[in-house]
Amino acid sequence: MSNQTTAPAAGPTGTMVAFEGVTKRFGGANGQPAFTALDGVDLTVARGAITGIIGRSGAGKSTLIRLVNGLEKASSGRVVVDDIEVGGLSETGLRDLRRQIGMIFQHFNLLSSRTAFDNVALPLEIAGMNAKAIRDRVAPLLDLVGLGDKSGRYPAELSGGQKQRVGIARALATEPKLLLSDEATSALDPETTQSILELLKTINRDLGLTVLLITHEMEVVKTIASQVAVIDKGKIVESGRTFDVFTAPKHETTQSLLSASIGAKLPEWIRSDLKPAPAPGDRVLVRLVFFGETAFQPLTARLVAEIGPDVNILAGAIDEVAGEPFGSLVVSYSADPGTMERANRFYQQTGLTTEVLGYGA
Amino acid sequence: MAPDMLLALLWKALLQTAHMVAVAGIIGSIIGLPIGVFLATSNKGELFPAPALNKIVGAIVNAARSTPFIILVVAIIPFTRLIAGTSIGTAAAIVPLTIATIPFVARLIESSIREVDKGLIEAARAMGATPLQIVTKVLLAEARPGIVLGLTLTLVSLVGYSAMVGAVGGGGLGDLGIRYGYQRFMPEVMLAVVVVLIVVVQAIQSAGDGLARRFDKRTRKN
Repeated sequence: MSNQTTAPAAGPTGTMVAFEGVTKRFGGANGQPAFTALDGVDLTVARGAITGIIGRSGAGKSTLIRLVNGLEKASSGRVVVDDIEVGGLSETGLRDLRRQIGMIFQHFNLLSSRTAFDNVALPLEIAGMNAKAIRDRVAPLLDLVGLGDKSGRYPAELSGGQKQRVGIARALATEPKLLLSDEATSALDPETTQSILELLKTINRDLGLTVLLITHEMEVVKTIASQVAVIDKGKIVESGRTFDVFTAPKHETTQSLLSASIGAKLPEWIRSDLKPAPAPGDRVLVRLVFFGETAFQPLTARLVAEIGPDVNILAGAIDEVAGEPFGSLVVSYSADPGTMERANRFYQQTGLTTEVLGYGA
Repeated sequence: MAPDMLLALLWKALLQTAHMVAVAGIIGSIIGLPIGVFLATSNKGELFPAPALNKIVGAIVNAARSTPFIILVVAIIPFTRLIAGTSIGTAAAIVPLTIATIPFVARLIESSIREVDKGLIEAARAMGATPLQIVTKVLLAEARPGIVLGLTLTLVSLVGYSAMVGAVGGGGLGDLGIRYGYQRFMPEVMLAVVVVLIVVVQAIQSAGDGLARRFDKRTRKN
């Protein structure tokens, strides 16, 4: 991770959140061993961008996002939000900071006793705003999230997607500079997820709001995050532009998270027969990745011309990552050294990204 | 006994019971509420962490709750005399009734608050709410249906307890039933007292249920 800054730069193109060597341990009292949730995390979140942090459950992402608004405290290291070190704040200072950071949750966390309107009004009441000013602020927010006509409804009368929209309006009520999203779409069906992601994208674009989201769903990051960090066992194992990370994943966690979502997935009966080394007469299985320049060239036909008609297409898909087209194709051909060499030479000439998946009969 | 005389006795006893239950219920709830909030929010890692004090208050509440009411009435007679100026009569009966109500209400409030989804506390913290704001705007608001049901239960129990303070001349329906119905062998008085008590308890329960239902927005109603 070469793009880290030790002192976060100010300004509209700078850093909104910086984690500097952040470690978080839980427990450890009464002679019990401490659990290390985060282990020396260095990460920056760009101002005005949507940054996704992805990892499996238990990887530490919930802890990471809670450090930003001080719901958790780092055991060591620094968390800096907009030039303010969160760990150095008093309770009052922390409350002021939290009023500048919106947060949305997997289970929405709406008050069941309050209508949609009153839920959105809650952070404003907490900030001590008067009733008239609250009315003027809440109505446009409900319109923004498409719930102008649901303002008097209680959460129990709303669908999951509508509840999350109320959650988003509530998070925006204090006009924050940063929005934290804690698995905001994980409890929603795929269609509703897409509509919520669209809404977040719109808010990011129109309000210039920085968004930091955590998720275990590749789909979410792929759809809206321009930057991504992959977290595993409390460590950031890979980070950068979403397109770069997703099209050329380097860490095995990223690869395994991706294999389920991005590009061609091999059927189980093929995958289970794959061997790490070829036996005589075996075929090689190769994943070809197309993006950028190569996405638009008729490379498959040229590959067939290069290594003969023996090429078999096993799987393929065209996808979009962070708004850029991305294709992936799994082919197999004879694993004899001559064919392999001709193919490899072709890949070098064309700049195709390839990955040998294994060998099989 | 002549019906008009019985009615007069019942009416007087009903007013005494209502007086005792209302005053003990209100004062007991006012004192019990903050204690319940404290019990629900003062464990380690909660809004007002004070685990040692939490244990002490919890132990006192348990001790008060495990003392049989009739023993409490007698045991605190000096305290009653200090507060009410006398140890007999309706005013004096209110003191032990109030003392018994406080821990009862405290535990009911505590359990209602503990049922509030922890995610709401986290959301309120993330909004920059102070612990006090979390209590008033989130915990008490969300726990309101449960609290109303708890207070209803408290009033119903108080009606029962108030029958025992006849022992210190507290008056009320229970006292009437014992003195006339039992000690003077007037089964019609006893029957009338029981009927009135059933009606009173039903009325309290229905009112409480209705109020709780109005406050409860957790499920969709069509």
